[in-house]
Amino acid sequence: MSKLKKLGMYLFLSVSAIISIFPFLWMITSATNISADVTKGRIIPGTHLFDNIRNLFESVDISTALLNSAKVSVSTTIISLVIASLAGFGFEIYRSKARDAVFSILLLSMMIPFAAIMIPLFQMFAKISNTAPAIGIDTLSGVVLPTVVTAFLIFFFRQNAKMFPKDLLEAGRIDGLSELGLFFRVFVPTMKTTYAAAGIITFMSSWNNYLWPLIVLQSPENQTVPLLISTLGSAYSPDYGVIMTAIVISTIPTALVFFFMQKHFVAGMTGSVK
Amino acid sequence: MSTAKKGMSIQRKSNLTGWLFVSLAVIMIVVFYFYPMLQALLLSFKSGTGMNLEFVGLDNYKRLFTDTTFRTALTNTFIYLIVQVPIMIILALFLSVLLNNSQLRFKGFFRTAIFLPAVTSLVAYSVIFKYLFATDGLVNKFLMNLHLIQTPIAWITDPFWAKITIIIAITWRWTGYNMIFYLSSLQNIDNSIYEAARIDGASATRQFFGITIPLLKPIILFTSITSTIGTLQLFDEVMNITKGGPGNATTSISQYIYNLSFKYSSDFGYAATVSYSIVVIIIILAFLQFKLAGDDK
Repeated sequence: MSKLKKLGMYLFLSVSAIISIFPFLWMITSATNISADVTKGRIIPGTHLFDNIRNLFESVDISTALLNSAKVSVSTTIISLVIASLAGFGFEIYRSKARDAVFSILLLSMMIPFAAIMIPLFQMFAKISNTAPAIGIDTLSGVVLPTVVTAFLIFFFRQNAKMFPKDLLEAGRIDGLSELGLFFRVFVPTMKTTYAAAGIITFMSSWNNYLWPLIVLQSPENQTVPLLISTLGSAYSPDYGVIMTAIVISTIPTALVFFFMQKHFVAGMTGSVK
Repeated sequence: MSTAKKGMSIQRKSNLTGWLFVSLAVIMIVVFYFYPMLQALLLSFKSGTGMNLEFVGLDNYKRLFTDTTFRTALTNTFIYLIVQVPIMIILALFLSVLLNNSQLRFKGFFRTAIFLPAVTSLVAYSVIFKYLFATDGLVNKFLMNLHLIQTPIAWITDPFWAKITIIIAITWRWTGYNMIFYLSSLQNIDNSIYEAARIDGASATRQFFGITIPLLKPIILFTSITSTIGTLQLFDEVMNITKGGPGNATTSISQYIYNLSFKYSSDFGYAATVSYSIVVIIIILAFLQFKLAGDDK
């Protein structure tokens, strides 16, 4: 490769990397500056981080929003991993023509845009509210229920189950394990990495979900983090330092998940399409 | 005879076990996806406010054809689609080829940095972009310091530039995400294919179009379909960066559906009619993309 080409390559990659990282750096430094400085265009770190944090916790109920988001994301992740992996296991291990057909139909649901079903879903939960207010409109269960199982996750578990050594099941059967026992005692422990990847994807999308919570949640005490950020961001005279602090705090859980499990994350994203 | 009977019952039992394993997921997908789809179809023939809906036949569909806001939202969404998706895919392909270069140093840093936007929440990055692209924001300050522009650009408040801002934002968020798909496919391509091409005297450009693109075709198809579906459902960015404004200059179809249902005097029936237009468009586009990609997959 010629020197000039090499230079061009590094230049292009560096500019791309800077553009990708800059909004993060700006968000972090702005969290340490007062609003007036952020407006003036100060991009170096300041000393007002703790003031911003205090103002944030005093002006809005971010701790409740964080707790709500945590409840929603953790329960969504656990429930969806159980249900989707049971199904992925079922579709792959007990294959039949009928079940393969059902699987293909399930996959079609990936093409359904959420905007097309959000109104009927809203009506459904409004009706549920009449008989069971605990899982209807304006409840966290109402956020979790319709988003908890996706065809993508079932597909993901089925694709990975293809690589699962089936001999292990025979061995387990000889040892007298029931079929459900085989699933929990043999399949789950062998497929740890698949579960990790699926867990990351589900947690992230649940933590960041905006449209459905926006529709189904009404009272402030049920707000999730994206709703709170959105409200803060559309304020008429925003306090930039405080908002950036809120965004930094809301990004910490997903950033941690990402950095500690980067390998699984990438493997999880791309593994299912191979 | 008796063994055959026993075999039957084991098979039947295993069949039942299979259904039990998948039942919960199947029920939930039916209840939360297919049933609402059917409900939306029924709704699209009704009209009224709130829960008081009555059957109006094809009136909503007639209204759709004369609805200028719908036409604007549709046009906007298609502008995003036609401009943004190709730019992003080409950029992602280009970056992945550069990053796959065996002589490249700091590979891990570049890869992580460019992928980083994909971990942010859509709402959070939208708010950040809204501030960065404000008329007195950093982007304008930067461009003016470089003397690339004389007066600040109205990134958020001008109908043309607002669309550009949305396109820049989506491209920032999703390029690295798509790049990772290409990168992992590139790593699976046997290097000897390229060596053979080099011995035959094929240039880098020729190798790219002759080897890389054909081998990546399935994954390019996959990412272009997911990006298309994603763009057609665009909501968070528009809602949080421009609120659909100025006027309706950046409104997307999803946002129009949301406004019809929950912001204006709500009309669930007509909103459902609008939402079915996305379903039809997704089906047509997915079909076209499969056709375009050829029938080798």
